[in-house]
Amino acid sequence: MPGASGKANAYPLGINPAFLLAAVFLIAYPLFASDFFTFQIGAYSLILGTIALSLTMLAGYGGMVSIAQMTVAGFAAYIMAILGTNSVGVMGLGWPWWLTAVLAILGAALLSTFIGAIAARTEGIYTIMITLAIAVAFFYFVRQNYQIFNGFTGFAGIKPPTLFGVYWRDPTPFYYLTLAIAAFFYFAVLYGARSSFGLGLQAVRDNPRRVRALGINVFLHRVVAYFYAGIIAGTAGVLLVWFNGRVSPGIVGVDMAIDILVIAVVGGMRAPIGPFLGAIAFVLLENFAIDLIDRERFNTVIGLAFLLVVLFSPDGLLGIWRRMESRIRLPRANVRWGGRANRGDWHPAGSPERT
Amino acid sequence: MDEPGTAVPRSALPQAGQFALELNAVSRHFGALVAMTDIDMTIRAGERRAVLGSNGAGKTTLFNAITGDFPPTSGRVRLFGEDVTYLPVHERIRRGLRRTYQISLLFSGLSVIENIFLACRGVGRGRHSLLRPRRDDGAMEMAETLLHAVHLDDRRDTPVAELSHGQQRQLEVALALSGAPRLILFDEPAAGLSPTERADLVDILQSLPPHIGFILIEHDMDVALRVAERVTMMHNGRIFKQGTPEEIENDPEVQELYLGHGANGAGHA
Repeated sequence: MPGASGKANAYPLGINPAFLLAAVFLIAYPLFASDFFTFQIGAYSLILGTIALSLTMLAGYGGMVSIAQMTVAGFAAYIMAILGTNSVGVMGLGWPWWLTAVLAILGAALLSTFIGAIAARTEGIYTIMITLAIAVAFFYFVRQNYQIFNGFTGFAGIKPPTLFGVYWRDPTPFYYLTLAIAAFFYFAVLYGARSSFGLGLQAVRDNPRRVRALGINVFLHRVVAYFYAGIIAGTAGVLLVWFNGRVSPGIVGVDMAIDILVIAVVGGMRAPIGPFLGAIAFVLLENFAIDLIDRERFNTVIGLAFLLVVLFSPDGLLGIWRRMESRIRLPRANVRWGGRANRGDWHPAGSPERT
Repeated sequence: MDEPGTAVPRSALPQAGQFALELNAVSRHFGALVAMTDIDMTIRAGERRAVLGSNGAGKTTLFNAITGDFPPTSGRVRLFGEDVTYLPVHERIRRGLRRTYQISLLFSGLSVIENIFLACRGVGRGRHSLLRPRRDDGAMEMAETLLHAVHLDDRRDTPVAELSHGQQRQLEVALALSGAPRLILFDEPAAGLSPTERADLVDILQSLPPHIGFILIEHDMDVALRVAERVTMMHNGRIFKQGTPEEIENDPEVQELYLGHGANGAGHA
């Protein structure tokens, strides 16, 4: 079997044609899509995908399933409303948008770090329980606090700036804004996975005890991962509040938190493209399931889809794609890149001598 | 016989300190189970020591107490003259201690070179760097050297999950050699290896630079007695005998224990 590293070189120019196709499609998308599809489907999928990406980073690479990533994003959204401008008449300090955005992202990253510091000493199901508890606590806190978070009502009238003569909430500019940020974090995660920190994080996932015996502080490594995940989720939270124009406790409720988990799992946690696949599937179902079924039955559809994916492809949509791809490519690879595939047979030579 | 140095000052330079490791009355209990009692042991800097004993004699517990995986219930552990009894594992590792595990504990999702690189990075700077290592990165260069030293050159980019058992053991040794080790604990490095691989392992152990000391747990007397300068026999959680390989090999009590330990296994406690 050819090694994973050989795979990347199997394409002309070293670029996967599917990747090129996807990039061209994403960039050209607003040219042929309606405003509804550009904004409600495209931009919203990218935002949810970015939040789920922060969970994929923690869970897929770090083995830490945090339910509180939506809480982190929601916190950034709240900071935008509180420090920036809103139309409700509570808080709304009117700070400039760039300062508010930076503070919102940093605030979210700090909240995430704090959550990590609490959760990082636990493993598996206990991490899930603790982060779920934090998410629920935050939800009830903002719903009952009227001085700062304006309780049940929340905030409305939060707008992105007009910059370079462009109003950034218009569908096409906003779509490109979300696409740029989503792409940035996608590549950052892809690149960072092979960095010193990323390798260490995967090692912590595989075997925390062994990592300690390499001189790495496992607890600190996990908390730092929560910080980075907080930056991703926080940035997506800023986009989310610009997208909705409002923020209320519902956004940090358990429903939304579970949706993010569903998106990440349905998409697949093996690679950073997974959460975006999951988000597209989720948003399409959310918008069009009512054409097939009652509005009240939407959650049943989502639940069934989740069940089907988990039952038939534990590694999500990504896993289905991988299996299709290898089924199509393998026979062809043997013909066209035969020499390359065979190289695998020269190399394991060392083993027969020594084993 | 080495008597425990009673008062090595904290400030002693490691080179000036005689001892890589000192254990004073170290015990470890798991609830009511006493795994190890009153272990006194000193290892000189650069010394090569074998620890022998039947299953359940407390050998691996001893290693866990030294590294801090399971800290001792009572007693003191000094590493290079410094009291590390209450230090976490990663801090002890950063002071020059290394260990391998009885069952290979490796990072199966990563490639061979990434495993070694992490071990080199773990004890150096830049653990949290978000940049990918460059070819001329110090830790990466060291990793390439170690890759060669344990004869895994041709498996550089292979995921660890695809390695043979023997190759995984070789990789374990590479991880233990990363950074600047001064004392390495090898927990049955030869377990499950073929005779050729064992010879290879003995080669690697004998060719370690003289300033690197190690403690070796090994059931294979051939391996243990060939690489060790001194031997410690453990039995039922206590030190039973210490001496040179010849003394241990010819000791009548040891012979009786090793040949007939099924009969008197419980009798000694």
